[in-house]
Amino acid sequence: MEIFKNDPNFDFLGRRRIGFGLSAVLLVLSIGSLLWQGLNLGIDFTGGTLVEVGYEESVEVAEVEAALQGTDYADAQVLHFGSPREIMVRIPPMEDLEQAAISQEILAKLREAHDGVELRRVEFVGPQIGRELTEQGLLALLYALGGVLVYVAFRFEYRFALGAVAALVHDIVLILGFFSLTRLTFDLTVLAALLATVGYSLNDTIVVSDRIRENFLKVRKGTTEYVMNLAINQTLSRTLVTSFTTLLVVGALLFLGGETIHGFAMALLVGVLVGTYSSVFVASASSLAMGVSKQDLLPPEKEGQDQEDHESAIPPAERP
Amino acid sequence: MNRYPLWKYLLVVAVLVVGGLFALPNLFGEDPSVVITTGDDEVPSEEVQSDVLSFLEEEGYKPLSAEVLEGQWVLRYGSTDEQMRASDLISAKLDRDYSVAMTLVPSTPQWLRALGAEPMFLGLDLRGGVHFLLQVDIDAMVGETMEGHQQDIRTLFREERIRFSALEVTDEQQIRMAFVDSELRERARSALEEHIDGLAYSEETNEDAYLLIASMDEEELQEMKDLAVQQNITTLRNRVDELGVAEPVVQRQGADRIVVQLPGIQDPGQAKEILGATATLEFRFVDHANFPFTGDPDDPPEGAEVFPQRDGGYVALERQRILSGDRIIDASSGFDQESGSPEVNIRLSGTGGRIMSRATRDRVGDHMAVLFQERISEIEMVDGEPERVIREIEEVISVARIREGLGSRFRITGLDSSQEASNLALLLRAGALAAPIDIVEERTIGPSLGAENVERGFMAVVIGFLLVIAFMALYYRTFGLVANLALLGNLVIIVAVLSMLQATLTLPGIAGIVLTVGMAVDANVLIFQRIREELKAGAPIQTAIDAGYGKALSTIADANVTTLIAALVLFLFGTGPVQGFAVTLAIGLATSMFTAIVGTRAVINLIYGGRKVSELKI
Repeated sequence: MEIFKNDPNFDFLGRRRIGFGLSAVLLVLSIGSLLWQGLNLGIDFTGGTLVEVGYEESVEVAEVEAALQGTDYADAQVLHFGSPREIMVRIPPMEDLEQAAISQEILAKLREAHDGVELRRVEFVGPQIGRELTEQGLLALLYALGGVLVYVAFRFEYRFALGAVAALVHDIVLILGFFSLTRLTFDLTVLAALLATVGYSLNDTIVVSDRIRENFLKVRKGTTEYVMNLAINQTLSRTLVTSFTTLLVVGALLFLGGETIHGFAMALLVGVLVGTYSSVFVASASSLAMGVSKQDLLPPEKEGQDQEDHESAIPPAERP
Repeated sequence: MNRYPLWKYLLVVAVLVVGGLFALPNLFGEDPSVVITTGDDEVPSEEVQSDVLSFLEEEGYKPLSAEVLEGQWVLRYGSTDEQMRASDLISAKLDRDYSVAMTLVPSTPQWLRALGAEPMFLGLDLRGGVHFLLQVDIDAMVGETMEGHQQDIRTLFREERIRFSALEVTDEQQIRMAFVDSELRERARSALEEHIDGLAYSEETNEDAYLLIASMDEEELQEMKDLAVQQNITTLRNRVDELGVAEPVVQRQGADRIVVQLPGIQDPGQAKEILGATATLEFRFVDHANFPFTGDPDDPPEGAEVFPQRDGGYVALERQRILSGDRIIDASSGFDQESGSPEVNIRLSGTGGRIMSRATRDRVGDHMAVLFQERISEIEMVDGEPERVIREIEEVISVARIREGLGSRFRITGLDSSQEASNLALLLRAGALAAPIDIVEERTIGPSLGAENVERGFMAVVIGFLLVIAFMALYYRTFGLVANLALLGNLVIIVAVLSMLQATLTLPGIAGIVLTVGMAVDANVLIFQRIREELKAGAPIQTAIDAGYGKALSTIADANVTTLIAALVLFLFGTGPVQGFAVTLAIGLATSMFTAIVGTRAVINLIYGGRKVSELKI
């Protein structure tokens, strides 16, 4: 079974303006939403308290809100979490109260108002910790990008590295934009997913770049654009197959993994989609736009020898 | 062509066999159990064991098995209900010198345990439990130390006849001394340097005074911090032990934080109260001239201090304390045999007992008070900015007539409830903390949510795995099946490595495994696509296989190294859940390189290597 009966030959880079255009629109939308309404940050970053409880039967949000009326937590955010029997109460950091005790008091109030309330989860993050986690998260992102930039520049060429990082920044902004637009909670696990996506998207970009380098060495004729396009087409089946298998498992996580990792799985889903798109349209296209050419990738000694070993295997690219 | 030397086949087989063995314990599950040790962390004597067993049998809670495991006596049960009931029964039966805790004990068979194979350790999000991050309040402790120094300095200056115009502790935790001329300052400085350790001095001069500023010596400060955190950890361990939790974690994190993890705890509220409170007790005589106290609490009588009483009203106490709480060796709650009201029985150390007996001998008939001091930290608005302040609660919890000379054993009565009595007893037993601690982060997962997370995570892995397997078999036929074998092997090896490392498996960790499964096929996809390309280009079959593997290798390596960089960064800068994800991702990447490249090649070589093949099913 194959995706393409004949070797695919799409003119991806010829249409890179369309890609740039689409990316530009999505980026503007994402950045706009981020500037306008920001992210719905979870208590990992804002600090605060979250109490998740389970009831024996379905319960109305209004009923739970009523139970908290007249307490210090009347403004708490109450919502269903996963099913009508589960309720999540979120309280922003409160300045004048003993914070670590809030969850206990809320639980007591809810139990007073209704029988059979079971504690499922409590998270309390002090404001100081929230600030630290935010700082650490941003640092992690920066270091990941820096590490990648250095590695790719070392293995390939600086314009490839810049292209790869452009693709990563593109992906990160789009995922953040998605979370901003949908108002899904952005917490630590989502940040982990975001960083995993950085790894994944990079994986894709490297595979394409690897092929571009190989083609530069082998294909004597043709413009830089032709050679790069060829590489994208040659790796297209692989790109699609891998994305598809990853989507299969991410889908399993999303639909079966439960509410706790829903955000995580969602970020991965979006990440895999934009990561696949960006490795084709953003990474290669921006290295090309920066003027990368055959001369920039002089063959290292080892590669040349490798080639002689397998001279009999002529890639389709070289066939007339 | 395409034949591996024997050792490579053997290597693959060996890795799989070892992996299989070490992954195996995870299939056996865990039994809800009650774990019993003596106060000295030893296995209870045979006699006690048989006593407990026959008692349990009488009550109808005979365990499934009773055995000695790693220095603990373990009783296994079929359900958590039975386990809880049995635990209560045993606690009631044995005296307090024994520690009785509930936990899940792996039901790994003996022969596997003998190999050192153990199941993965499930994180709190999977088994339920409480995670606290505590901050040791060093500032408060430094403040107290500086106030102590201030007293000493005052005394020193008096003895040396050094006149000073000011002596105060500033907000920056420095002692600021002012003198009228530089000669006095010189004398003060040399006297201080001779008699008082651990301070560093600087001088300042302004128009009306010669200032000498003492601050805590850097080295001293560091030592004090370390000591405080260390002592807190010790005290917290004692308190945690009191809670009857098996496998608790009490660990230092960074300069001034402590992580406490209590798996499977049922009541996080109680845990919080016991961990977070810092309480001290003092025994003092009541000021007899003013008893009962009727004056203005803000205007204490000469030589006395006035404190509120827990049940209302005020009482004046002599300034001098008889004894402080750190002389307490043991405290237990109980009921007064006559009145039935709750009481706390206290046992003092030898020295404590002597001090108490000397002090009370001549004062039978007087009243003695128990002064309870607790530090609560809370956030208040100061000039529109939230600021953490420490509020000190001081109250007299009991005033009792001394009926006879007290020795090393006596009791406090007049407590409101048995709950209060037992909490107080617990706090007294565990001792006072060196520096106050605040809870700065809490994550509690209820047991039912934990079980649900395991179930769902497991489900997601299985379904995702099956989907990928089905797709690969359809798309790459024989080669797809080989890739599936590699995937299965990969999963087994990941689990084996996690078990060997005794790494903690968390929900994000499971997600990491799922993601590796999805990405692990990438290596095989790269190889297979290459082989297809070679075949299309007209290469002979054996050459195509070899070239496919050869050419894909550098791509796979590049791709995996970059992802490893990301995993490494996640591990270095992440906390708990993020780190769990990073660990499984990194392990998965490493093992998938092995199974996807060496493993599949071995199988492909076995199937196709060294013979004439007319068609490749790829």
